[in-house]
Amino acid sequence: MSSFDTTTNAGQILASASGGRRRAGDRIFSNLTVIAGLTILLLLAGVAIFLGGQAWPAITASASELPGGESLVNYVWPLLFGTLLAAALAVLIAVPLATAVALFISHIAPRRLAQPLGYLIDLLAAIPSICYGLWGIAVLGPATVPVTQWLADHVSWIPFFGGPASVTGRTMFTVAMVLALMILPIVSAVAREVFSQTPKRLQEGARALGATRWEVIRMTVLPFGKSALISGSMLGLGRALGETMAVAIILSGSGIISFNLISTSNPSTIAANIALQFPESSGLDVNVLIASGLVLFAITLVVNMGARAIIARTNIQ
Amino acid sequence: MSGPATTPSAARSLIGGDGHMPKQATWIAVGAAAVAVTALLLLLGIFAWGFFAVGTMIVASGGIYFWSRTVEDRRHAKDRVVTVSITSAFLLAMIPLVSLIWTVVSKGINRFDVAFFTETARGVIGEGGGAAHAIWGTVIITGIATLLSVPIGLMAAIYLNEYGGDSWLRRALTFFVDVMTGIPSIVAGLFAYALFEIFFGPGIRLGVMGSVALMVLMIPIVIRSSEEILKIVPNHLREASYALGTPKWKTITKVVLPTALAGLVTGIMLAIARIIGETAPLLVTTGVTDSMNIDPFDGRMQNLAVYAFNEYKNPGVPPEPSLDRAWTAVLVLILIVMILNLGARFVYRRYGTEIR
Repeated sequence: MSSFDTTTNAGQILASASGGRRRAGDRIFSNLTVIAGLTILLLLAGVAIFLGGQAWPAITASASELPGGESLVNYVWPLLFGTLLAAALAVLIAVPLATAVALFISHIAPRRLAQPLGYLIDLLAAIPSICYGLWGIAVLGPATVPVTQWLADHVSWIPFFGGPASVTGRTMFTVAMVLALMILPIVSAVAREVFSQTPKRLQEGARALGATRWEVIRMTVLPFGKSALISGSMLGLGRALGETMAVAIILSGSGIISFNLISTSNPSTIAANIALQFPESSGLDVNVLIASGLVLFAITLVVNMGARAIIARTNIQ
Repeated sequence: MSGPATTPSAARSLIGGDGHMPKQATWIAVGAAAVAVTALLLLLGIFAWGFFAVGTMIVASGGIYFWSRTVEDRRHAKDRVVTVSITSAFLLAMIPLVSLIWTVVSKGINRFDVAFFTETARGVIGEGGGAAHAIWGTVIITGIATLLSVPIGLMAAIYLNEYGGDSWLRRALTFFVDVMTGIPSIVAGLFAYALFEIFFGPGIRLGVMGSVALMVLMIPIVIRSSEEILKIVPNHLREASYALGTPKWKTITKVVLPTALAGLVTGIMLAIARIIGETAPLLVTTGVTDSMNIDPFDGRMQNLAVYAFNEYKNPGVPPEPSLDRAWTAVLVLILIVMILNLGARFVYRRYGTEIR
């Protein structure tokens, strides 16, 4: 009995002694992690607040003080148009290509090649955007000239190819292709992930019923990966909307609104406009640029939240 | 397709008279299409690699379709066309990658010399000069960004994985970290500018501003990768540690983190690789300079990507030496990114055994 008491006492003392220490150490450490988490939320809120604060003078300024002498909406709208046009075209090009790339790696390429090929595609994502920009203007732009020339000569009745074709290739056409290339790894990574998770029993069942490989893909893999493909496309769209340097280098933009993709006069994008104008701006011009950045921030936020919401919903199912 | 009696059996099996296509049918179709397209383009006098690639793909798809349609059936024909199309699409996506790397290497090699790494661009108008200031700037700006991001990101990842439970903070953090990965880099730059402008007045340009901008981009990457790694640390290690009476915080710092170390280092290296080539946020925060500056709290600083952009945008007279320097800067950047990527994989392979 007494020995039992001693152990209990010893146990209690040990527990309370180390427990007291433990609680202090644990409290400090867990509080530190909470502070880190809160810092990140504060940081994100800070982005919105500081941008809003710096954009405010531009929002409240009278039209005559602003660049171009018109209202802020008239200044931002053509840029927003260019941003949306370039990003939409990029997604239009990238998504089918990315789907094909993902399918190739997950279902068509020999097993042994699949992983190295995956690395190769990931490599595309690792290349800095400045490289894409310089490559776009040095190689891809000139390479598009014969194509756009032909388009302008033969199908200029389509508004997108109204021409006259640019002789340098510094066009929306080139930009859309470069942006497509830049978002391709993102979209295909999401697609690949889900395609390879398609239940084996579904695929083998289809095979057993005599389906060809394409029928297996069409009837099991694509339906299974549909929502992943949509959310991947939206992530790509978000990236394309905010891409700066490739557009800033390739496009010789002006404040026009035009669907003509191949001529020398192109609408610029919000991000590219900021990168090009900001270093030489001062006073209210800076606030105007920050206001346009706020618009870009808001749009990418909505697009990304949408994409994440879709991903989250599919994970539950 | 062939009369059984008139065609020799070898040829018959090649074109599939027996109801089966030869194993190499796709290659035969692609080869034949390539020859036909080349001949056609040469005949028309408009041979170009773009036309050749696209033409071959279309002709090969069409050819294999009709071939398979005659020998097999419509379903198999479709299957073959799709296989050819998907493979071509993949190759099509590879062409730019090859072209890009080839361009950067062949153009960047011109100035890939000692002077590029030892001299600055101060007072350089034509030939010569280098990017020593930009290389130092890159190291300093990225280094500070890493020092800011890793502790915050790692602690937040620990919170998410070890402490979060099902609290509102965990849910909010998970969601907003995802959202944060989508912030355009230029917006991060504007944020850093807006923040520092309050304290230092308009037109401020500092190296550390660039670090703050990069931090906004880097934190979500660090959190995501760290969280993934912490998640796969086996639970029995934690339980064994608790069973010995070890406090939770000591379990995390002495058991969980060391186990995950290789994975964490890998994630951080990849995160650095992602931000080291950023241009846009630095253009609006660190500005452009030709001189060496190693004090991040005093005046403008250059990074390699901004250096490349500036050499391209405002070339000297004649422009060629500037463009050469721009390409070399891009080459150095790509090399750094590749080394970081390969190094990260190496670390994970070599030291990441405990968690795999």
